[in-house]
Amino acid sequence: MSSTTNKTLQSRRRFLENISRAAGGAALFGIGLGLYSQQSKSLPSTAIRPPGVDNEGDFLSACVRCGLCVRDCPYDTLKLSSLGENVTLGTPYFDARKIPCEMCEDIPCVKACPTGALDPELTNIDDARMGLAVLIDQEACIAFQGLRCEVCYNVCPVRDKAISINRSHNIRTGKHALFIPVVHSSDCTGCGKCEHACILEEAAIKVLPTKLAKGELGHHYRLSWEEKDKAGKSLVTPDLEHKYNLPEGTRYDYEGEGLIQPEVTPFNESAIDRLNKGR
Amino acid sequence: MAKNINKVIGQDAVIKKGWLLAHKWLLLRRISQLSIIGLFLLGPVFGIWFIKGNMSSSLVLDTLSLTDPFVFLQTLFTGYLPEMTVISGAVIVALFYFILGGRVYCSWVCPINIITDAADWLRRVLKIKTSLSFSRMGRYGLLLVSLVLASLSGVLVWELVNPVTMIQREIVFAMGYSWLLIVGIFILDAFVSRRAWCGHLCPMGAFYSLLGRVSIIKVNAINRDSCNDCMDCYAVCPEPQVIKPALKGNVTSSPVINSGNCTNCARCIDVCAENVFTIKHRFIN
Repeated sequence: MSSTTNKTLQSRRRFLENISRAAGGAALFGIGLGLYSQQSKSLPSTAIRPPGVDNEGDFLSACVRCGLCVRDCPYDTLKLSSLGENVTLGTPYFDARKIPCEMCEDIPCVKACPTGALDPELTNIDDARMGLAVLIDQEACIAFQGLRCEVCYNVCPVRDKAISINRSHNIRTGKHALFIPVVHSSDCTGCGKCEHACILEEAAIKVLPTKLAKGELGHHYRLSWEEKDKAGKSLVTPDLEHKYNLPEGTRYDYEGEGLIQPEVTPFNESAIDRLNKGR
Repeated sequence: MAKNINKVIGQDAVIKKGWLLAHKWLLLRRISQLSIIGLFLLGPVFGIWFIKGNMSSSLVLDTLSLTDPFVFLQTLFTGYLPEMTVISGAVIVALFYFILGGRVYCSWVCPINIITDAADWLRRVLKIKTSLSFSRMGRYGLLLVSLVLASLSGVLVWELVNPVTMIQREIVFAMGYSWLLIVGIFILDAFVSRRAWCGHLCPMGAFYSLLGRVSIIKVNAINRDSCNDCMDCYAVCPEPQVIKPALKGNVTSSPVINSGNCTNCARCIDVCAENVFTIKHRFIN
């Protein structure tokens, strides 16, 4: 009797020891894995996600790493991160400098995604926000040296909206213009064609993950001119039309020629008119 | 058991049934494993897209979507509800294993099995007896960890390190350094601990073990009366603990190997000279 009790006690004890050993090992492993997973959430700045990824965290919870988007990409732009690369293991990304996104109208990668990790509601590729192009090195960009390039502007699939050319004065020569490419986040899809086409050894314009590239104004900020447009009138004291105290008969043009004096002519009508009048 | 030491395992079966019959299920399994990987490779290598994707999720003939239910479960635990495509794909695959046996995934589909079987074969050839022993419950711990971490972090955490999906993926897509993991698993199983990966650690195997508890097709020690205690089945079985209750049970106990851990690899059928085992559905007592 006592020996059987002893036996069951012993086997119960062994069972509990086994369980706690397994649980302990798994818990230790879990702690390590959990810490590692936090680290792996960060996306390196050269890795751009396919279209339809709004938020890296949401994407990582939805993507099953099947690679169907990679298979359906007609330009071999997308690839799956393999072991040893520093993009979250097995997830799709592209390197814009190597092969940029060609912005297919039917978006086959999004259609291929079985999980919805690439948002199926993205139907117009112009609405994609894969990243944001940033003219990151103004020292190297030859447009800032006063040379004509504008390659990034010319290859941009949403030219004039996502990249425009702003002219400004070339201080170095004193008489020429700089043709500066300016990216507008409102329309940039992050396709990376500008980075791919940049003529420099190392691109001066780069597509970065939006989170890295985009600043955000404090939510309490209100821009007076926008608020004024919204309200249709000034929100503080009404604007008074500015009046200059000028000599009689003169005008003033703020952005033009400064003080404008009326042309002083000896006669205030034409010579023919005068003859016709017979005076 | 003493006679076991200097004997080639399965020799009796080879003599009695012939080499081919004594390796029938093993050969069938290898054909199954290799042709599944082969089908996945047809696309990238020859441009014949019978099946696209990888074993985590795939598309057959551009119509049938299949998804690994364990990967799907992790996705659910992150708090994300995927599209219907993946849900139906996971249900189809889960039904498949529910019928054929949960761990049929491990022994008939997963390519890692070839590596761990090779490691075990090397152990037998080199007569390596030492093995770091640890609990076979560890895999359930890891299964729990993988799901808990997924829900805590909102990321498929296990898929960051899962050597099973990683190796499957990198065979079909570009091979990174995952071949190092293949070597690692081989070393672990061959020299550190017997059947360490598939039998003790892999949470995917643990998931399919749970599915295997209720699955239909089972190995059955139907002729257990003719067992001559040669112990060959124990020697080849990746989960030897599952055999005893069925083989050595008393008259009233069921001869069905009911444990979910059984992979239905049917190697026991191969090596048994006495034809003790067969494959049946679970409802035959």
